[in-house]
Amino acid sequence: MRYLPLSEADRVSMLDKIGVGSIDDLFVDVPQAARRSGPVDLPMYAGELEVEAQLQAFAAKSVSPSKVPFFVGAGAYRHHIPATVDHIIQRSEFLTSYTPYQPEIAQGTLQVLFEFQTQVARLTGMPVANASLYDGSTAAAEGVLMATRATKRNKAVLSGGLHPHYRETVETLAHAVGIETEACDLAIDDEAEVLNHIDADTACVVVQTPNVFGTATDLTQIAAAAQAAGALLIVVVTEVMSLGLLKSPGEMGADVVAVEGQSIGVPLSFGGPYVGLFAAKEKYLRQMPGRLCGETVDADGERGFVLTLSTREQHIRRDKATSNICTNSGLCALAFSIHMSLLGQEGLKRLAKINYAKAHSLRDRLAAVPGVEVVTPRFFNEFTVKLPKAAAPVVEALAAQGVLGGVPVSRLVADPAFGNHLIVAATETVSDTDMDAFVQALKAVL
Amino acid sequence: MGDMKMNTVGRPSAPDFDVEATSFRTLLGGRGLLQSEKLIFEWDDYHRTGVDFADIAIDTSDLDGLVRGDDLNLPGLTEPECVRHYVRLSQKNHAIDLALYPLGSCTMKHNPRLNEKMARLSGLGDIHPLQPVSTVQGALALMDSLAHWLKTLTGMPAVALSPKAGAHGELCGLLTIKAAHEAKGQGHRRTVLVPTSAHGTNPATAAFVGYTVKEVAQTADGRVDVADLTSKLGPDVAAIMVTNPNTCGLFERDIVEIARVTHEAGAYFYCDGANFNAIVGRVRPGDLGVDAMHINLHKTFSTPHGGGGPGAGPVVLSEALAAYAPRPWVVSAGQGFDLAEHGEGENAANFGRQKPFGRMCAFHGQMGMYIRALTYMLSHGADGLKKVAEDAVLNANYIKASLSDLMSVPFPEGPCMHEALFDDRWLEGTGVTTLDFAKAMIDEGFHPMTMYFPLVVHGAMLIEPTETESRAEIDRFVAVLRALAGAALDGEVARFKGAPYLAPAKRLDETRAARQPRLTFS
Repeated sequence: MRYLPLSEADRVSMLDKIGVGSIDDLFVDVPQAARRSGPVDLPMYAGELEVEAQLQAFAAKSVSPSKVPFFVGAGAYRHHIPATVDHIIQRSEFLTSYTPYQPEIAQGTLQVLFEFQTQVARLTGMPVANASLYDGSTAAAEGVLMATRATKRNKAVLSGGLHPHYRETVETLAHAVGIETEACDLAIDDEAEVLNHIDADTACVVVQTPNVFGTATDLTQIAAAAQAAGALLIVVVTEVMSLGLLKSPGEMGADVVAVEGQSIGVPLSFGGPYVGLFAAKEKYLRQMPGRLCGETVDADGERGFVLTLSTREQHIRRDKATSNICTNSGLCALAFSIHMSLLGQEGLKRLAKINYAKAHSLRDRLAAVPGVEVVTPRFFNEFTVKLPKAAAPVVEALAAQGVLGGVPVSRLVADPAFGNHLIVAATETVSDTDMDAFVQALKAVL
Repeated sequence: MGDMKMNTVGRPSAPDFDVEATSFRTLLGGRGLLQSEKLIFEWDDYHRTGVDFADIAIDTSDLDGLVRGDDLNLPGLTEPECVRHYVRLSQKNHAIDLALYPLGSCTMKHNPRLNEKMARLSGLGDIHPLQPVSTVQGALALMDSLAHWLKTLTGMPAVALSPKAGAHGELCGLLTIKAAHEAKGQGHRRTVLVPTSAHGTNPATAAFVGYTVKEVAQTADGRVDVADLTSKLGPDVAAIMVTNPNTCGLFERDIVEIARVTHEAGAYFYCDGANFNAIVGRVRPGDLGVDAMHINLHKTFSTPHGGGGPGAGPVVLSEALAAYAPRPWVVSAGQGFDLAEHGEGENAANFGRQKPFGRMCAFHGQMGMYIRALTYMLSHGADGLKKVAEDAVLNANYIKASLSDLMSVPFPEGPCMHEALFDDRWLEGTGVTTLDFAKAMIDEGFHPMTMYFPLVVHGAMLIEPTETESRAEIDRFVAVLRALAGAALDGEVARFKGAPYLAPAKRLDETRAARQPRLTFS
């Protein structure tokens, strides 16, 4: 067995050193009822060649976005990832190391996290950021929890533009800990509606820009109004690349920012693992969830980095911890940081403009298709169209024609008013030919 | 250091330890080929980039003043600079690929490279979570297959795949239990019992969801005190959370009895599956009476730890809890598969009699980890996985047997499971602490073991070798620990107090980091 280095002779001599006769003697504490005579009912050992064939068979039964005109977004986006990113994250020292609890032999990971935190802070326009959370949706949920801790209030208002999966994730976690939530009706362009639901017990309002329909919103007024009512503004961003072009949440006055970082450096991978970016105003530093990396010095006075403020965390505080989180999305944070370092501000701005241009070009083409109405007023690389019939069967029909044409709103949430709505994304990976194919196929199926 | 005591325990002879010799400085402060590396923010020119995209002109009048005005202030590196930056940083890290990584409770086993290759296959690693389900049948089949393996290995009828880490799995498990109690009109049960030796995440998760945490005592032989547990079980108890094998590295001999009294009291049995590697393929938690257990795919099933994540924490569930698992999940549909997502409209039929408590995350969970874990399972098979548990337990007992004449063992009776636990009684009077001892291991080429955990043992040192270590590597590790133990017992305090001397950094000032937090570059 290729992963098990002990030989039979090793096993015999080691049992001898231990002073027992057989391996079964090491399992004597297992109750009789649970002892088994043989292996469980599953296939037996297989060589690399056979296993690879089995996985290839799974892969062959899915349609790769690289093979077709592809316009699917709604919270996860297809972007080009430079070859360098995947090469570096597979270096043994990054891939196979543990959480950097022993800082003397983990300065590589720790410096990366410090750089990552700085990148996230600057990108979101916020003073502090953590070392990442599981994904954007759990980051949003943690933001709500943090807001209730910080304000001692117990209600969260969720905008009608918040991604329905994010809303559900926030509701699940909030209700689990006894926080009340109030969700506004699904709305294409009405993030400000949250203000009508603020009361004396409202800890925060959660808004999204660009929202699930693609609508970008200037939140400056909403921030001021929410804060005047004593509530924090939590800004959710599911397309991090938009921050290369659009006003940052910090510039608009956000208190907390929860971002899905997948678009920079992380492959689609059917929904995970992704990387949640979490940033906040400095005064909430000690209320933040998740790991934080901080600068310090070593015994020689040299600059170094450590995980810090761990008195917030479960392994120290146990049932008094601010959160039960015990991991970050380390390797995805590394991928994000490498890609961000390659882009720099120049690359990111250029890429953001290309995304904007592609999506607006697609908007113009789709708007010319009879019966198709573009309903998103201002957007980055994603917008929503209203079709003359139910969107879900249209998407299936497009798929049958070899075009992956977006996400029907009905896939995310059942709301009869949005049955004909289709969310469409176009990134730098989309060509003019792809767009023409989409238009042709759409005309054919409508 | 000329008056050093004689070596009394047969450790390899080494030159006299001379602290002064370690104070050698290079002219510019570097450490040989280990390069000091500035932060990317310390580069002078922020206007370069390592990607080639044209700077196109766009009309942003649509955006109505939403265009970013502030400077992003983010440096860019060309590819050669970028590669060198990260490779230099990588060399300051220790890794499993360099040596046995004895972190107890963390299962730092070899990460097969085939897993990585498979996770990058086109059609698996590059597909979108919201593509039409007709175009992701292979991915859904893979998730179904993973679920089958997990259910069969644990002897449990259901599994919730979506939790993104062990602690996220614990949360999922407790929310499932909460939903089940509420459905039965038992929502008043607000207490969770947790043994004193539990991982910190157990009480943190229970408290997080509003439960009162009560601790259960431990017996002198390192197991749950069943009498104490029974006395604390009552109509207010929602669940117990027990790790098995426990954090002392011992199998809970009375686990069937623990499950019985728990169920009799109307509570559910949550098992922390962090230590599943000790029993995988040999013992099924379902046969022990467990109702819910998370499985850390990054431990038992070898997905890489990646410097702290991402992990994955699917939760297997008993018949009593299965109906409350969170959405989404994969369902068989005719010749293929579908996803049960929001349960309304055309999707309602997929829900059947399920009553999901909610949703753990935006999409379907950690697919990248599912692919790696399934690849690992298919490689080992039922027979190989059984061998995994056996070799892991064998290696741990071998280490225990090889060190117990020098280092004190808190629970010496009987075998341990996959990890060997030592305490610090043997260091008494030496002036060397568990922390010092562990830091000195770094100078000898090994990552420290888990220290000061479990909390029930003074100065705990928890060593988990895993099954992927060769006899030669284990013997090398044992030789290092014996030599260090000898040095400690011989009074070579300086070797330990200043350790590590040869790491990329000396001991870091953690107090300063916490008192004056600097979390970003400025």
